[in-house]
This record gives sequence, structure tokens and C-alpha cells, in this order.
Amino acid sequence: MTALDQTQRPDAARAIAAGAAPRRWGSWYIAEHRIRAMKGYAGDAIFQSLGNPLIYLFALGVGLASLVPQGVGDVTYLQFVAPALMATAAMTVTANETSYPVMMGFKWNPIFFGMNASPITGAQIVNGMMIHIALRVIVTVSIYFGVIVLFGAVPSSWGWLAIGAATLTGMAIGVVIATYTSTITEDRGQMAMLQRFGITPLFLFSGTFFPLEQLPIFLQPIGWVSPLWHGTELGRVATYGLDEPVWLTVTHVGYLATLFVVGLWATRKHFTKRLNK
Amino acid sequence: MSTPVITASALTKTYGDFTAVDGIDFEVAPGESFGLLGPNGAGKSTTMRMVGAVSTRTSGSLSILGLDPNNHGPDIRSQLGVVPQQDNLDQELRVRDNLLVYGRYFGLPRAVVAERADALLEFAQLTDRKKAKVDDLSGGMKRRLTIARALINEPRILLLDEPTTGLDPQARHILWDRLFRLKEQGTTLVLTTHYMDEAEQLCDRLVVVDKGRIMAEGSPASLIREYSSREVLEVRFGSDKNAEAAERMAGVGERLEVLPDRILVYSENGEAALEAVTHLGLEPITSLVRRSSLEDVFLRLTGRSLIE
Repeated sequence: MTALDQTQRPDAARAIAAGAAPRRWGSWYIAEHRIRAMKGYAGDAIFQSLGNPLIYLFALGVGLASLVPQGVGDVTYLQFVAPALMATAAMTVTANETSYPVMMGFKWNPIFFGMNASPITGAQIVNGMMIHIALRVIVTVSIYFGVIVLFGAVPSSWGWLAIGAATLTGMAIGVVIATYTSTITEDRGQMAMLQRFGITPLFLFSGTFFPLEQLPIFLQPIGWVSPLWHGTELGRVATYGLDEPVWLTVTHVGYLATLFVVGLWATRKHFTKRLNK
Repeated sequence: MSTPVITASALTKTYGDFTAVDGIDFEVAPGESFGLLGPNGAGKSTTMRMVGAVSTRTSGSLSILGLDPNNHGPDIRSQLGVVPQQDNLDQELRVRDNLLVYGRYFGLPRAVVAERADALLEFAQLTDRKKAKVDDLSGGMKRRLTIARALINEPRILLLDEPTTGLDPQARHILWDRLFRLKEQGTTLVLTTHYMDEAEQLCDRLVVVDKGRIMAEGSPASLIREYSSREVLEVRFGSDKNAEAAERMAGVGERLEVLPDRILVYSENGEAALEAVTHLGLEPITSLVRRSSLEDVFLRLTGRSLIE
């Protein structure tokens, strides 16, 4: 294979000049596209951001909490469950955005191929999607945070750090899902399986409604590998100063960050490979 | 020929044991309308993807606007307009929004994109549908919108992969008219098609491709001159009698081609050939004299029909 670039040729020089902006900003152009496309499902997105926290907080934080008057440890049940619901809300948004939309972009409405026919690269498509998803998550968890503050569920003045914790949690889970969904070529109900055997067990066994230590020891490893457990515990450290060793807090951040970096790398790789047929 | 905008030499693409494109050579001059004609699976779309700088070649060399797609994919793509075989408009966006977001991919300022989007909607005869959902457009309208989208960056080269497949005759003619205007404006067109009439309408020059190889190259007229006769007589005797009739017709015209449903007689004078057939005492159920087409060229070169 020989490379015979004639970069001095006027049309070559023009191409290189025109390619400069997309090379640099391409990821942001994709994010802009995805935000514009939200017009189509803005109602659902707003309901998810506002409606879900209110429903969950009333049902669990107020309803279920009345059965647990002694609270959990030093805090009320509402304070215990609120940061967990916030991390779960982040996971819900990212799981939605990285499951069907990824499959759709390759198969049912193959817009990724359209994007890649322009100067945009596969890696930029992934970056742009993740920027958009991160913005959606930040907005969602910020609203959630505002609501739990109003419910009196955030005693610590460092509570706002839980927004970052929940966002990191959602993104770490999102890229892992995208790593998988970007490899699916035939729809054989994998998305429903993902929900049933991935998202739901994570939600139930990540120390969301009760401390992980309440589970039999043989089930506790589910929590240890669960990004949602790490994110939830991190949120609790922020919102009410959960008493845990510093090394464990560092582990939560390190685990989530590692998942995010590795997942992003793998997703970008899958996109690039699949678009370059 | 002035400096070519596309130069391919021994261009090859393999997928495992399968060779999709088998060492092809071609050049495309600026402003030229160049076609790849061949049946489905001939390697046309794979070639287009390599020229579109989205598929890495296995071997050979390829230069687009003087640049190697392996090193300059995004730069090359900034100068291309691509109309893929399968529409990939964003169905979540409305008609005009599809153009707006796509223009941004090239780093164009929003005001420039908006201005071009309106002009292109006019060109594609979609101005009154600009707020429509993509799903509500007909097949022809979607194709025109895809072409409009491909023009948003004012490309040097427009790549069209089977642009009219699946469209009704009227929609095809509207599309051809639009493409013809682009050609007149000097846009370099590269298109694949398995429709001979499309190749004849739009291409200055074309290559006939089969099984990943180039079988012949030239203008539609020169290919017909070289590989076929001026006229063709088509006669049908009924599928069980064609072979027998063909034996008796040996010597009529320059060449015979026996197809399952009809016999083609290649001749400079179709009417004279028909007279010769009736003189042999043969009475065809139907007969038709027509001018030779690229379909006949393809049949001659490969022994197969373009649309199977």
C-alpha cells in the first residue's frame, strides 16, 4: 500500500483546510445534533427528569420511610434513599440513551453512517453522543438534587457534590452499555434482556433500599462490582457524610472513572470498526 | 485529461476469502460524470465506500483530490457529497433541520448553513415540505432531500450509490433532471447503477464492473459501438421453442444471444434481420426492433443480464 499525498496541490490544500474545523470540533457538532433531535421527545425527557424523582421520593422516601421510623444508621430513611435514587435516575437516562438509540443509529435509522460520510469520525460520533448524554444527566440529577433538598434529604453542605457522583455513575454505566449495544447487529430482544438481567438487578442489589451489608455475604459481591453501588455510596458520602474509610471513597471514584475510560475507549473502537466496512 | 480528482490503481478490497474489489484502475477528471455499471454484488458500493474515505482498502493505491484516504479521511470527506444507497436521513428531525445539522458537520457557520439549506430545498423542490417529518415524505422526496443534504458543503465530488433504485419512473426523471443540472454546473459526479438507461442519461464515461473487476471502459456510445451492433431484434417463439428456432436462425445477423424467454439478434439492420427470420419460415409470437443499449454490452461482456 503506498501513500501518494500531494498536499501542495491546491485542491488537496483546500481539503486539508476545510477538514480542520471538523477534526477539532466534530464531537460538539454531533452533540448539537443530538440536542436538536431532543425536540422530538422533549416531553418524555422532562417527565423523566421531573416526574420520576417526585414519584419515587413520595413512594419510597415518604411512604416506605414511615415503616422505617428508626432510619438507617444515623440518618432518616429518606436521607438514606435519596442519593441512591439520584444515582439511579442518572443510570436510567444513560441506559435509555445508550441502548435503543445506538442500535437505531446503526440499523433502523442508520444516521451514524450519514454522519461518518461527512468529515466526522466514528470516535467523534461517540464523543458527541456522550457529551449530549452527560448534559442530559447533569440537568436531570440537578433537578433531582433540588427536589431532595426541598424534601430535607441533604443535611451536608457538601451535598451538591452528589450531582457529580451521580453523573459519573450514569456515564460509567452508559458507556458500558454502549460498548455492548454497538456490537449488536441483529435485534433478538437483547435490549429487554439488558433491562431485565442488567439494569433491574443493579437497581435492586446495589444498596439502594437497604445497606449492602444486609445481604447474605455471598450476594454482596454483586454490589462490589456494581457501578451503581459505588455511585450510591459516593452520593451518600456527599449528601450526609456516610462514615466510610477514605480509601473506599477513592475506590468508588477510581472504579467509576476506570469503567468510564475503558468503556469509552471500547465504544469508540466498536463504532470505528463498524463504520469502516 | 486535466489533473484527475480520483485516481485508483490496483484498488483491492477483500473480506476474509471474498474479494469484493479485485485490483481495479480508473481515473476521474474534474467536472466529469463517471459511472460504475454492474449487477448487484459487483463491488460497486464497496468501491464507492473506499472513494468516500469510509472503507480502508486492502491493497493498491487510491488518491482523492491528491490525498490518500488512509491519512486524510476527514479532509477528503469535507470535499465530498455522498448519496448512499440506503437513505440515512435523521427521522427524528424535520426536513429542514436535517440540512441544518448536516451542514454543521462541515464546520460551516449557522448563518451560512441556513442560507444554503433554503436554496437547496428550493433546488430539491421541497420548500413547501420543509417542516414535514422525514417519515411523511415519499421515496422520491427522501432521495431529493438526501441529495440536497449531500450538496450542503458545496462538494467538489458528488458520490451517488444507486440513486434511483426503488423510485417510480416519474420520481426518477425528476431526480435525473436535478442531477443533470449539477453536471451542467460542473460538479464531478460519480455514480453506481445497475440501470442502463440511468448510465446512458447521466454518464460521460463509465466502467462496466462484474465480480469486482472492470470489464470495459468508455462512453456509453463507444461501449455500444465496440461491444454491440447498432440494432437488436428481439424475437419470442415460446420458451420451449426458442432453442430450436435459434438453431435454425444461425447466420442471421452478426450474433445471436439465446435467453430463456427470447432470442436477441444483433444486427446493423433489425428490420432486415426480421425479414431474414421470416424467410426461414419461422413465425415469432412477438418481435421487436430496438437500438442497442448498455444492457447488450453487459450481456456480451459477462454472458449475464444486469438485473437478475
